[in-house]
Amino acid sequence: MSNKACEISNLKKSFGPNQVLRGIDIKLPSGKVSVLMGANGAGKSTLVKILCGVQQADSGDIKLFGSSFKPKSPLEASKNGVITVHQSINDGVIPDLDVTSNLLLDNLALPGNQFLLNRSEMKTRASAIAKSIGFEGDLDAVVSRLGLADRQMIAIARAVARNPKLLILDEPTSSLSAIEAKRLFDVIEQLKREGVAILYISHRMSDIRAIADRILAMRDGQISGEFEGEKLDYEGAVTAMLGKKMSDLNIDVSNVSSPILQLCDLRLSEDSKPLKITASRGEVLVITGLLGSGKSLLSSILFGLEKPASGKILLEGLNFQPNSPGEAIASGVHMSPKDRANNAIVGDFDIEANLTLPFTKFFSNFGFINKKRQRKSCNEMIDTMGIICQGGKDTIGTLSGGNQQKVIVGRWLLKTCKLLILDEPFQGVDIKARRDIGTHIRATSDNRATLVFVSEIDEAVEIADRIIVLHEKAVVGEHVNRNIDLSELLSQVSGTPNTLKQVESLK
Amino acid sequence: MNRNILREFAIRYGFILLAGLLVLFFGIFANGFAGPRSAVFIFQSVAITGILALGVTCTLVVDGFDLSIGSVATSALMLSAYMMVVLEQNAFIAVVACLLMGAAVGLVNGFLIVKMRVPDLLATLGMMFLLIGLQRIPTEGRSISTGMRLPGGEVADGTFAEGFLWLGRHRIDLFLEKLIPVPVIIFLIISVLIWVFLEKTRHGRLMYAIGSNERAAALAGTNVFGYKILAYMISGVTASIGGILLAARLGRGDIASGNNLLLDSVAAALIGFAVLGAAKPNAFGTAIGALFVGILLQGLTMMNAPYYTQDFVKGAVLVVALIFTFALSSRVRGGNH
Repeated sequence: MSNKACEISNLKKSFGPNQVLRGIDIKLPSGKVSVLMGANGAGKSTLVKILCGVQQADSGDIKLFGSSFKPKSPLEASKNGVITVHQSINDGVIPDLDVTSNLLLDNLALPGNQFLLNRSEMKTRASAIAKSIGFEGDLDAVVSRLGLADRQMIAIARAVARNPKLLILDEPTSSLSAIEAKRLFDVIEQLKREGVAILYISHRMSDIRAIADRILAMRDGQISGEFEGEKLDYEGAVTAMLGKKMSDLNIDVSNVSSPILQLCDLRLSEDSKPLKITASRGEVLVITGLLGSGKSLLSSILFGLEKPASGKILLEGLNFQPNSPGEAIASGVHMSPKDRANNAIVGDFDIEANLTLPFTKFFSNFGFINKKRQRKSCNEMIDTMGIICQGGKDTIGTLSGGNQQKVIVGRWLLKTCKLLILDEPFQGVDIKARRDIGTHIRATSDNRATLVFVSEIDEAVEIADRIIVLHEKAVVGEHVNRNIDLSELLSQVSGTPNTLKQVESLK
Repeated sequence: MNRNILREFAIRYGFILLAGLLVLFFGIFANGFAGPRSAVFIFQSVAITGILALGVTCTLVVDGFDLSIGSVATSALMLSAYMMVVLEQNAFIAVVACLLMGAAVGLVNGFLIVKMRVPDLLATLGMMFLLIGLQRIPTEGRSISTGMRLPGGEVADGTFAEGFLWLGRHRIDLFLEKLIPVPVIIFLIISVLIWVFLEKTRHGRLMYAIGSNERAAALAGTNVFGYKILAYMISGVTASIGGILLAARLGRGDIASGNNLLLDSVAAALIGFAVLGAAKPNAFGTAIGALFVGILLQGLTMMNAPYYTQDFVKGAVLVVALIFTFALSSRVRGGNH
């Protein structure tokens, strides 16, 4: 019997000069869950894309049950029994159709299917699929009205219904509650017994503890550690994933001076616990947590985009309740939002106009833009941030992602502020640009409080004086950035049982 | 390399070059084309559509669209006639009433789009319909002129004020006697004003930012709603100016005039995308676009092209300009990545 469902040897892939996979060798045995861990940019998603036929490898070999496997399209991969549930949930469902149609989508798309739809037959089949994964929602509901968790369950149910031989799950629990995750794990156990090989991508320690048979740690396009056996070495896996590059920025945790931002029993939503957080002058405070932990909500509240359920925000001791970003900026709160392409970049503008966007008033006299003043400030910012370009008149689209991000962060450093909020400032940024941005943020942080929202632990450790962990809209951990116990941090982020103990000991 | 420079040049100056060549061509082959009177006639023929086009340019800048400009102009035409002929008001009050009407329509358009979340095309389409109907109600669908019989039975004896007609008919001496008509001057002034506003002020820049990435502009603290409403109000006011000038030229509230205003001015604004390779709405391009159409029609008319070919010619110019904008310039931009 062939135990190895899939064997990958010396797989390589580059995008231009950027080598993403530098020779991957892994074996995925049938009936086992292999967990793949890796930081952002380690190459996990590229590996997944090659396996499911979205991208093709430059060199190397993939064997599926002993025969060579080079899928050129997702369809070809799924015909061979390689089924993937992608991280981005909306890739897995069609929002405008109902649950039944979504569950049977792969059948509908199959060529040679009957022309007319038989509604009652469809429902019978759909309810069987739903039952297999324990989905209890209404099968007639339109998917766009369901929550993230239900959508995720539907995407997973679809994948399972296609009789996979190799099932790839990319961060499947990122939006599931503990009960739903448990249901998913039951399904995974069932699949294991049927001999399906499972590649499970996650950094949630709770998931990994619950289902991992083997752990593969990935770093910088290589497998940096393989862990198997009765007792898995979780600590070792985390270290292998993060490497030893942790405190390169040479963080000197300064003694804290006057508080700038105080959250006094702030409740993010009606059902959440009150938050007490203080950020002081000169401090870089990182707030980390998973999707849905309340990070985005908190940043939106601080920038006047949302309203808290209750509680007070004090800015330099004064009540602070912005109704719009304009009001927040006027009060001295600057925020660089996450997802620069959608939320920050003005594609038609050059670097100068992008940099000065929030402060056009400052750069104009009686409404007329003063080009000289604008050019001078922009050239300084281009130099200090190390933005690689021919000049301030370059269109923003000609820059690389890292340099675009420098422009977007630099935008908010053009003028001094009381509180600087950076929401995922390292998103889609290479390691060099990340260092540049981090260095500059720390270098200028003396006269303000800096609040950084990140979901990657290693990014947090790289820049923070202090790290606060949010889980389900409550503070579950707080660490001064000095010899941090990373596995404890990770388990707090993922909300595992020993987190609860942690919360109690904090009180 | 050389080819790239050539293409770059073609995209930037191609359209202006083409306009120059057309002038040269008609100057040589069309009898009477070359000369100040003919040049002024071209300006006069495009002044009103040009003014409307400048307004619609502002809405295009914020990634909107104003379909109601044509009907705002004809409403202003009817309103000014009604004010003077039926209500026997003076020129000043008639003009102010029209401008206020334009601003109010823009405000309502903006409100529908921003607050009621009606898509711009649909909101302004609805407004267009509404105004076309509204302007017919007071006179039961008839044109307004002195001596007309009103719905109530009495006769309207107001007249168009002299000062009002001056706006549409007076010609100012410049080198030659009675050379430049007032509408042309108003068109040039509005062109410069809108150009300065969009290109040189921070408000214009923020409007472009909204058009390019509304969310980014909002997160940079821009009052997105305010600027969008402003854009539609500018569009409404310029359209009402166009209507006033049309009324002043015609001297009567003609219910059937102004049918072509919407298409002509939208075409001018879209042709403007191609000027100087801007690939986006811009005031200079809009003015050039309007003139380009004017030159072409004037020249063809002088070469005895029948009047019914005009719309075909305009359509052809628009399609060529759109190819310029979208196919050629995007290819060069794409090459930079």
